[in-house]
Amino acid sequence: MRKMIFTLLGVGALLGTSYAAQANSVLILEGYQAQAQMDDPAFREFSAERGQEFFLQNHTGGKPQTPSCTTCHTSDPSGVGQTRAGKTIAPLAISKTPDRYSDFEKVEKWFRRNCTSVLGRTCSAREKGDFITFMKTR
Amino acid sequence: MLKVKALLLGGVFMMSQFSVAMADERYRPIDNPVVEKECGSCHMAFQPQMMPKRSWEKIMDGLDDHFGEDASLSADVSQEIRDYLVANAADAGWWSGKFMRGIKEGDAPLRITEMPYWVREHRKEVPARAWDDPRVKTKANCQACHRGAKLGYYDDD
Repeated sequence: MRKMIFTLLGVGALLGTSYAAQANSVLILEGYQAQAQMDDPAFREFSAERGQEFFLQNHTGGKPQTPSCTTCHTSDPSGVGQTRAGKTIAPLAISKTPDRYSDFEKVEKWFRRNCTSVLGRTCSAREKGDFITFMKTR
Repeated sequence: MLKVKALLLGGVFMMSQFSVAMADERYRPIDNPVVEKECGSCHMAFQPQMMPKRSWEKIMDGLDDHFGEDASLSADVSQEIRDYLVANAADAGWWSGKFMRGIKEGDAPLRITEMPYWVREHRKEVPARAWDDPRVKTKANCQACHRGAKLGYYDDD
C-alpha cells in the first residue's frame, strides 16, 4: 500500500503546489480507504462525524497525561495547540493549515506517535481516514 | 593626521571585537533543516553546543522513549541528526565550549538544564516560582524568556 501511495504522490508532486496539497490529501485518503476496505469488507466510506467523535473522545490505554487528541491540539480544530514543552502546534483544520494532510510520511509519523500516546495502540486506516475527513470539513 | 585617525579607528574596532567576544551567550543557530525540523517539532531545537557529545549520543540512542514520548525516526534521518549534534557538541572543537564548565568527566546529562553551567547561570537570577508560570511552563521553554533563543542569542542581560 505504501508503494501505491508513493507512486500516486509522485504524480501529485508534478502538479502545482497548493493544487498538489489538495491532490495529495485526496490520494492519502484513497490509500487509507483501500486499506480500510481490506481490513473490513463491509466498510463503505469515511465519516466526518465519526472523525469528530474520535477527535473529541477521552481514550483509555494511552498515557494518562494525554487521554485525548484535544489534550495538546485543543478541542477546536481551528485552534492553536501546545506541546508539553510549550511549543505551539498549527491548527488541525485544513482551512487554517492547507498543507497539513499532503505529506504522507509526515501524516504517518504523527499518527504513529500520537496514537501510541493517546490510545496506546496504532490507529486503524478507518480511524485515520475519518479523522482527516473531519479536519477537511473545518 | 590620517595615520592617527586610522590607528584610532583600528583601536576602536579592536575593542568592539573584544566586547563582542566577551558578550558571552551566543551560540551558532542550527543550520541543518532536517535537525531544525525534527528536533523542533515539539520543543525548540536546542543548540548542540550546550551538551557534550556523549550526552547527544545517549539522546539519539533513546528516541523511542524521549522523556516519555516516542520521537523515533527513520535510520538515515536519525544518523544525519546524530552526526550533526556530535559535530557541534560542547566538546567537539579544539577547546571545549563554556557549557562544559564544571561538568564531571564522563558525566552525560540528558538535559541541558542539568548541565552545571546552565544550573549556575539560572540559579542566581531566576526565582523558583518563575518555572511554574503558565507562560513559561517548563525549563525546556528557553524562548519564554530568551526571545532570541532560536537564533542562538541568550545575551539578555
